[in-house]
Amino acid sequence: MSDLMKVSSNPHIRSKAGTSKIMLCVVLALMPAAAFGVYNFGINALLLILITVASCVCSEFLFDMICKKKNSIGDFSAVVTGVLLALNLPPNAPWWIGLVGGAFAIVVVKMLFGGLGQNFMNPALGARCFLLISFTSIMTNFECDAYTGATPLAVLKSGGSVNVFDMVVGRTAGTIGETSMIAIVIGACFLILLGIIDLRIPGSYIVSFIIFICIFGGHGIDFNYVAAHLAGGGLMLGAFFMATDYVTRPITIKGQYLYGVLLGILTGIFRIFGAGAEGVSYAIILGNILVPLIEKVTLPKGFGRGGEKI
Amino acid sequence: MGARGTFTGGIHPYDGKDLSKDKPIKDILPKGDLVYPLSQHIGAPAVPVVKKGDHVLTGQKIADAAGFVSAPIYATVSGTVKAIEKRRVTVGDNVNAIVIENDGKYEEVDYGECKPLEELTKEEIVKKVQEAGVVGMGGAGFPTHVKLSPKEPDKIEYVIANCAECEPYLTSDYRRMLEEPQKVIDGLKCVLALFDNAKGIMAVEDNKPDCVKILKELTKDEPRITVKALKTKYPQGAERQLIYAATGRAINSDMLPADAGCIVDNVDTLVAINSAVRENKPLMYRIVTVTGDAIADPRNFRVRIGTNYHELIDEAGGFKEDPEKIVNGGPMMGFAIFDLDVPTTKTASALLCLTHDQVSEKEEGPCINCGRCVDACPGRVIPSRLADFAARGDKESFQKWNGMECCECGCCSFVCPAKRQLTQQIKSMRKMVLADRKKK
Ligand code: SF4
Ligand code: SF4
Repeated sequence: MSDLMKVSSNPHIRSKAGTSKIMLCVVLALMPAAAFGVYNFGINALLLILITVASCVCSEFLFDMICKKKNSIGDFSAVVTGVLLALNLPPNAPWWIGLVGGAFAIVVVKMLFGGLGQNFMNPALGARCFLLISFTSIMTNFECDAYTGATPLAVLKSGGSVNVFDMVVGRTAGTIGETSMIAIVIGACFLILLGIIDLRIPGSYIVSFIIFICIFGGHGIDFNYVAAHLAGGGLMLGAFFMATDYVTRPITIKGQYLYGVLLGILTGIFRIFGAGAEGVSYAIILGNILVPLIEKVTLPKGFGRGGEKI
Repeated sequence: MGARGTFTGGIHPYDGKDLSKDKPIKDILPKGDLVYPLSQHIGAPAVPVVKKGDHVLTGQKIADAAGFVSAPIYATVSGTVKAIEKRRVTVGDNVNAIVIENDGKYEEVDYGECKPLEELTKEEIVKKVQEAGVVGMGGAGFPTHVKLSPKEPDKIEYVIANCAECEPYLTSDYRRMLEEPQKVIDGLKCVLALFDNAKGIMAVEDNKPDCVKILKELTKDEPRITVKALKTKYPQGAERQLIYAATGRAINSDMLPADAGCIVDNVDTLVAINSAVRENKPLMYRIVTVTGDAIADPRNFRVRIGTNYHELIDEAGGFKEDPEKIVNGGPMMGFAIFDLDVPTTKTASALLCLTHDQVSEKEEGPCINCGRCVDACPGRVIPSRLADFAARGDKESFQKWNGMECCECGCCSFVCPAKRQLTQQIKSMRKMVLADRKKK
């Protein structure tokens, strides 16, 4: 009997949570936004999503194979990256944008740094910025059959007026998955209920952003203006799905609040004082780079040394 | 700073207590030889005072304490000393042990007259606890009389009875509180008699409302004792977390409970203190939960120390399915054993037999930085990073990130979705750091 028994260090029980389960839930949570994108923009959006996901998964598979590493696509993190990146692409982008973006996200931003858990930058965002810089005209062209072009934020920035209701529902120009606040929030609620993400980062991000634009936006406390900023652009998608990316956000609890506030302020700065109308992606990437510093200044004190309450 | 009845962090694992909680404690008599390892406590191993061939009685001292931080050992049956030799113990080592052949007569020594508690001096009370060989029976095995002799007894403000029993599957304290609540209370009163400025707190997790009710009822005329229901959460019974939940005082890893004016004893220890002080009886029994999904009839037993583990399994109806893993203690902090041919010691709280080993079922993956370990950690540290430092042997960063505040509770490994062996790595690093500190 004794050679059948297993010995290992404590604890001897484990929770049911698993990496691939978590990743699958995130993919599921992105589905409302993706579905709305397809409904809103048509079949090209669906194609782009599929191509980007396939590109991410294949890149990871090939990378593992070439480097003779253990195949890691089973953790579904590449799928998450693929969907997230696709949701950040303009709906009428050519198919190869998804292919190139997916490969860049996985190979350059993730695998070259050591794979899941080792990358310091969110792969989807890294790839988006790479595409923005390399193929600016494609990535900033939001014209498609359904909409004439300018995103609500661009309209807002040039002083025009926008329909906030349409923005909340998502019937506006923009990237595939960012337009519908409702769809994004439904997915986010699902993740919050499952305990996969919490409100520390999205909450402090959104609150500090609101405060920032109330002070510096030039409109004072104007409900319509604030609502348009919240519903417009990538803020919701960014706050709930990209700023909360485990790997690239601080792990300390205080650090997460600080990170959220920082993102809120950066986004505000980029949107109001920057050249473009958008700012979420750059804010989060800059935030990613600052994570080690944030963690350093928010090291927990430990139980019995003043850290027992937090 | 008030007591919150809880602490930050912690987890809610499947508790498995239903398997054994409704069955009364059963007395069992040992059939085979009894084995008494000389080191069943923290401190110097005891020194045998009998030799091969001697006849001993139940309750007779067979080994004496070797210094202040040590504890004597008593025979728990009558019979003949068969050998003093190396025997395997639960942790797997072979250590010196006294082996007694049971004559089945259970002849007892005369424990002598006992003065009532009120007439005993404080020194006499501590002496009795020391003589009885009482050690912390929750698992640590620290000699109780040492704990009861703090430098400044007047500064002790709380004596906390650790009735939390937060480890999953364990129900021995629960049964004890239901069946012999007065003994626990009387034990607490013995300790309170030592500390004039102290109040007694019986800290019970609120998943045991029946115990809370009984204890409240029995202590309603005891002005010095309060019963406190704490939030049910593992590791509510960990010493530092318990003190914090019950009193609002937080001690770090460099401090003793006494530094915060607290003394903590668990249920079984208090009962042992009680029989030592009021009946002159040495520590001879303990309650052991024999449970797990591999066991036919899981329940609690009153076991004579020295009894072989095989006998406990037999008494619990044997295995109904082959166990894949057997744990000495609870599933969170106990250790896996590979041989059942070992004796019950003073610190053996449970024998948990599982048909599936959840640890080897899943492979370890890369850390996804999810922060679950951070949220769950009652030591309020960053387990994922500490484990990284441990893996690299980076003692400096490990200490800078407060690795020593880890209480080795196992919560981080439990919650980790990547199934990392966080606790294991952090534990071994802590051992190395402590060893370094001793050298200095
Ligand atoms: S680091 Fe230590 S105290 Fe924290 S959860 Fe892990 S084992 Fe428990
Ligand atoms: S729980 Fe596991 S995967 Fe999550 S941060 Fe901690 S070590 Fe990493």
